[in-house]
Amino acid sequence: MATTNSRALARLMLVPSVVLLLAWMLVPLCMTLYFSFLDYNLLSPGTEEFIGFMNYEFFLTDPAFFESFFNTLLLVGGVLLITLGGGIGLAILLDQAIWGRNYVRIMVLAPFFVMPTVSALVWKNMLMNPVNGLFAHFANWLGMTPIDFFAQIPLLSIIVIVSWQWLPFAALILLTAIQSLDREQLEAADLDGAGPFSKFYYIVLPHLSRAITAVILIETIFLLSIFAEILVTTSGGPGYASTNITYLIYTQSLLQFDVGGGSAGGIVAVIIANIVAIFLMRLIGKNLED
Amino acid sequence: MGSIHLKQVTKDFGDVSVIKPIDLEIKDGEFIVFVGPSGCGKSTLLRMIAGLEDTTSGTIEIDGQDATTTPPAKRGLAMVFQSYALYPHMSVRNNIAFPLKRAKINDDIIEEKIASVAKTLNLTDYLDRKPGQLSGGQRQRVAIGRAIVRQPSAFLFDEPLSNLDASLRVNMRLEISELHKSLNTTMVYVTHDQVEAMTMADRIAVFNGGIIEQVGSPLELYNNPANRFVAGFIGSPKINFIDIEPSTIDGTCSLGIRPEHIEISTTGGQWAGKIGVIEHLGSETFLHVHVDGHDTFTVKTSGDCPFKYGDEIYLSPQKNKLLHFDATGKTLPNIA
Repeated sequence: MATTNSRALARLMLVPSVVLLLAWMLVPLCMTLYFSFLDYNLLSPGTEEFIGFMNYEFFLTDPAFFESFFNTLLLVGGVLLITLGGGIGLAILLDQAIWGRNYVRIMVLAPFFVMPTVSALVWKNMLMNPVNGLFAHFANWLGMTPIDFFAQIPLLSIIVIVSWQWLPFAALILLTAIQSLDREQLEAADLDGAGPFSKFYYIVLPHLSRAITAVILIETIFLLSIFAEILVTTSGGPGYASTNITYLIYTQSLLQFDVGGGSAGGIVAVIIANIVAIFLMRLIGKNLED
Repeated sequence: MGSIHLKQVTKDFGDVSVIKPIDLEIKDGEFIVFVGPSGCGKSTLLRMIAGLEDTTSGTIEIDGQDATTTPPAKRGLAMVFQSYALYPHMSVRNNIAFPLKRAKINDDIIEEKIASVAKTLNLTDYLDRKPGQLSGGQRQRVAIGRAIVRQPSAFLFDEPLSNLDASLRVNMRLEISELHKSLNTTMVYVTHDQVEAMTMADRIAVFNGGIIEQVGSPLELYNNPANRFVAGFIGSPKINFIDIEPSTIDGTCSLGIRPEHIEISTTGGQWAGKIGVIEHLGSETFLHVHVDGHDTFTVKTSGDCPFKYGDEIYLSPQKNKLLHFDATGKTLPNIA
């Protein structure tokens, strides 16, 4: 039914939802953009005035900005590395014929359903706590000094927590990709004399490239805005050791009531996200094409 | 080099026995075709020879060596799969080079071998393309190229032509036969299409329900089928079966007569019938004749057939061509 008539009608019927979506997106964006050029602090209401790029200058020259920028990259990169590496391994394991495979697959997905705040609390209080945590008990049992995770290695601890949440997602996507691999290709490789490593490297991995790209893109979008795990565990500390851009904007606008500075940070975050997106699409986007 | 000897080979999947004990000797340089209806175990047996399926019991000898538990790569066999199983992200060149690279062969020699294989199979212009950019016939040739570049002692084909269209299938059939003549290597070819079996094979093994019903040259199977199943499976159009009162002389329960061994007459004969559908093929004509008290008979006659739908005719078999089957379907000697 691709007549001119039906297409025009289709467009007409799309209008309400497109308008709604655009408004939903554009209004907050424009307001943020507007606020970012104002000296707007909630502690001194009614004194808003236009100050040009001052907010941006303050935000970008703040030493905390650079630290949190690199923390953001480390967080995204670290979690991607762990979830992809672990995800591929897990997907290969889950692909094997084992008893109760379907139940295991559902169980593996469980961490993804746990809310970020809840999982961060569980990790903070039950696993990584230097006194009561499971890891501390284990260290004591081995006769070692327990690690105070959030004081000694705050960013790494958060990377571990976030990785735990996202590992099932990566594993599931990669598992479905592995299952779509033509078994005859593996058999042909068997006959061609390829060992397990060759088969993985030359056949399974190239087959997974599309799924890996999808995982990287989707995870990056979400990992750039990690917030709850940091708030619950380290509150960005010690110092700025575990503050990412998102958390820095939060401290700026909500803890210091600086709406103008926070908005400028928000716009900077949008730009960074876009740079990352362009970079990623250039780098791996071709995998998504046929 | 390339003889394969199966001794009492069986295969079970759980409680289901897919291959009942099979003995078969495949001679060096022979083109043998495994043919049978789907689910008869022919593909499974081929995969067992390749080493892709474990053998439940019995032994598989390749070139006199027990290879029952040898891993696939070490058997010196190459296989062409139904789906071609090309590596989609590699160029044609790399696909063909893959087995050589795994065998750690010198790059210069690999280049040389690829060039010669590409020339044999008319793939020279396509070496840098990906399989996705090739047509079905070209993909098939790449798969064959990947097989022959290793210079295996035997080729295994698993229904390689079933994904091609009819005219291409005829071409590829000729190309594979041609290849067999020039390489002179053992080929084991699995198909469910008896035309492929008849046209290509030196010997045909007819499979049914996990056993081999008969092994022999195409004409042997056509003229002297061992039983009713082989008679019905080999030959196109199908042989006509006539169930009769069990004979008191030799116990014949049914007769078989091929469509070209039936005489047509307008005046008189053994069976009276009415012509149904007529299939004109130009060079010959197939008549489907409804005979009272029997099934429809297929009769083959010359291309310039004067009959039309609904004509009453008489059919009589050439007595010396009649096949006699006993109650179990076994062929009895023709005593007529």
